[in-house]
Amino acid sequence: MTTDTDARTVVMEREMSHPPEKVWRALTQSALMQEWLMTNDFQPVVGHRFNLRAQPMPQWDGIIDCEVLTIEPCAALSYTWNTASSGMKTVVSWTLTSTAKGTLVRMEQSGFRPEEENNYQGAKYGWPRFITALEQVVSLLD
Amino acid sequence: MQTMPDTVFKSLADPTRRAIFECLVSDGEQTVRALTDRTHVSQPMVSKHLGVLKHAGLVNDRPEGRSVFYRADAQGLAPLVDWMKFYRAFWAGKFDQLEDLLNRMDQ
Repeated sequence: MTTDTDARTVVMEREMSHPPEKVWRALTQSALMQEWLMTNDFQPVVGHRFNLRAQPMPQWDGIIDCEVLTIEPCAALSYTWNTASSGMKTVVSWTLTSTAKGTLVRMEQSGFRPEEENNYQGAKYGWPRFITALEQVVSLLD
Repeated sequence: MQTMPDTVFKSLADPTRRAIFECLVSDGEQTVRALTDRTHVSQPMVSKHLGVLKHAGLVNDRPEGRSVFYRADAQGLAPLVDWMKFYRAFWAGKFDQLEDLLNRMDQ
């Protein structure tokens, strides 16, 4: 199931018939991450910087720069997801919720970080405000 | 012109350029002079920023007499929208792979 909280966030949720502890291992053990996500040098330590490496594509080297932001064992994990040499910065957040069947796995990738806020001529022209204008324009696209 | 999302993101990463683009989006077509007055940025800088935005496919220009009018091009944001579509498909695939892995793991 895919839902959008707003135009700058990708959200994906799925209930999986496995306990949170097991899902957590798949999300945080480097060797297991490599099996379903990408080659990586992840460590479950806040502040740890790591790379995810995808197949290079034309105009993209396939490298994603990440930094662990939060670690709450079996419950929550988030890291930055930035592509090198670009102004594009996102955060990927995972939330695990125990259910009768197993675990509700939720992934949210938010497109623009609050740190992008900048002061411009005394007025805030940061991403959040800009995005409001952007959404109006995007809604005009088919 | 097909533009990569990175070009759009980079061109909008600068707050002044974002302000200029936002100004064109909200108030429609304008000259460099009008934008200079609105943003309190020097005319050469406004022209330079407009050049970057134009290169990214975010603005179009139209000469009229001795003036050049600039307007925002909504289609220029298409790579941004494509980027969202890309990640939706990407994560759907990754969720499948994650579930496959969980099925193969012990306990």
